[in-house]
Amino acid sequence: MGKNLVFLPIVAAVIAIQLLTAWTDSVYYLTQLTMSAYYSLLIVGLCVLMGYAGQISLGHAGFFAIGGYISAALTTHNLIPFVDQLPVRLLTALGCLQGGLDIYGDPLLVVTPWVACMIAILTALIIAFLLGIPVLKLKGHYLAMATLGFGIIIYRIVLASEYFGEADGISGVPGFQLVPGLLVSGDKSWRVPNYYIAWTVLILAVVLLRHLINSRVGRALRAIHGSPEAADAMGVDTAKFKLQTFMLSAVFSALAGVLLTHYNGGIGPSEASVMKSVRYVAIVAVGGMANIWGALVMGMVLNFLSLRGFFGSYDDAVFGLILIGIMLFAPEGILSLQLGRLWRRIPLFRRKTPAVKEV
Amino acid sequence: MTTELFIQYLVAGITYGSIYAIVAIGFNIIYNTTGIINFAQGEFVMLGGMLSITFLQYLPLPPAIFLAVLVTMGIGALIEMLFIRWLQNPGILRMIIITIGVSILIREAALHVWGSDVRSLPYFFGNEISSIAISGARVSPQVLWVVGTCGLMVVALNIFFQATSIGREMRACAANRIAAVLCGIDTRNMVTLSFVLSAGIGALAGAVMSPITYTQYDIGTGLAIKGFTVAILGGLGNSLGAVAGGLLLGVIEAFSVSVVPLAFQDAIAIAILLVILFVRPHGLFGSSAMAGLKEF
Repeated sequence: MGKNLVFLPIVAAVIAIQLLTAWTDSVYYLTQLTMSAYYSLLIVGLCVLMGYAGQISLGHAGFFAIGGYISAALTTHNLIPFVDQLPVRLLTALGCLQGGLDIYGDPLLVVTPWVACMIAILTALIIAFLLGIPVLKLKGHYLAMATLGFGIIIYRIVLASEYFGEADGISGVPGFQLVPGLLVSGDKSWRVPNYYIAWTVLILAVVLLRHLINSRVGRALRAIHGSPEAADAMGVDTAKFKLQTFMLSAVFSALAGVLLTHYNGGIGPSEASVMKSVRYVAIVAVGGMANIWGALVMGMVLNFLSLRGFFGSYDDAVFGLILIGIMLFAPEGILSLQLGRLWRRIPLFRRKTPAVKEV
Repeated sequence: MTTELFIQYLVAGITYGSIYAIVAIGFNIIYNTTGIINFAQGEFVMLGGMLSITFLQYLPLPPAIFLAVLVTMGIGALIEMLFIRWLQNPGILRMIIITIGVSILIREAALHVWGSDVRSLPYFFGNEISSIAISGARVSPQVLWVVGTCGLMVVALNIFFQATSIGREMRACAANRIAAVLCGIDTRNMVTLSFVLSAGIGALAGAVMSPITYTQYDIGTGLAIKGFTVAILGGLGNSLGAVAGGLLLGVIEAFSVSVVPLAFQDAIAIAILLVILFVRPHGLFGSSAMAGLKEF
């Protein structure tokens, strides 16, 4: 477990932030921090796909939406009218349904969040598998356009189907009881536990990804990124590893979608928009592509600022600018700029080193 | 389906198809000289429409459109000089992301300048209800403007690339950049010119289509992905293939309206794109051996 000592400062920081907000009476920040953590879950997954396996995806908001929308639809659409039909009877027998009351006090029969979550993630996994086989054979522009196309199709589907609430999206999504006494819900009384739930999920995800990167799979992925032909020649099954990474990142995105939807109590079509996918790519790029820590930090910071409305009506423009700026001036990510060195150029902070005359 | 209805759909398909073809040719011009797919191509079309509508407040229609095309060309040149020209051997991933960033910036700027309202130019002749009869079907005269302008642009571009010295230099640059440099061609200027040219044709198409299809700040993404579909259908870099691909996609889309809901129309174009990418990435008319030599 020695390797995971690196997580101690993060855990400490997470706890410190929570205590700080409690102390300064600004607990409302935790809401955006929780949401940012879920977005970051998607982003670290995308980081491994883009940075390590070298495959761009402009459609990950699609997987997020698949997770969020399926979970939302299953846990809100009333099954009582179909109670006599075979699939519903089967689900009841398996204990997959739960009763409840809607906002008008009428009885409600819906799929339990756990089952809905499983169905959502499984759907994302299957779609990623079916899409990944042909898509990952493509390179460069073709891969970018194909994933972009996938994202737009998902966006059009949620926008045009009545089942997914069309332009209004789905609201009134119930809380998600992970274990008795632990509820993913946006209710104020659950704010602090949810902050920790989100971070636990996120840190577990990063632990998993780090193990993956430092394993044989990770080395294979880096070989693929460096030169697919060379990796192939060395006997690396490039297609298999690319597909697995694609599916893994899709599952992370879908899980983020499920949890955030239950946390927010709803989801709208903007979550599936192309701009969201581009934003995730921007954040991975700022973090330095093949840098999970960079992706994590930038995912938290940028999402938090965006959710707090820091960028105002220039929200999307800011992410566009970030994309261009990073790609023009620091394609290795913002951390590669070595701001520390820049800092020392300012005379006041310059270290006193003996002057060396150049010959 | 009656004959009238059939012709009606066909004309609609050709109208949209010729716009897609122009966007695809815009992709091709830049791709040929740089190897870059310019994701901001659809934004040129949007700018052409929006700028014409704005200039129309001060100028009569023809000079307004002319000025809009000129300004868009200037923007195209500016994009190339600011973001592309000085990069040394940029990777493809990097170029994709930069042009996506540029498209976002243009779109957001348009949102802040013109708002999210749907706008349109007035009809060039007559109005919304004036129509011409073509064997029973009613067709707006604006359709003829769109198809005619796009057709003229294709012819003019062909003459430009075949018969003029600059056009031949651009083709040389596309065929073999190093050889072009050795022949004394300034390839960097050719790249700028390719951005100017594709911004110009995009803007002109955007202006003539505006009365029928309307212009909004965010139409660029949809047009770009359809234009790209068409460019792939016709074989990337092949402009006559793009015309055929454009008409094909336009007609398929128009007839699909009778089968699937309008909201899924975009999904059809994208599904075609995905299928063609998987099955024939070198296009309907290209050869796979030639495609293997190109870098995507």
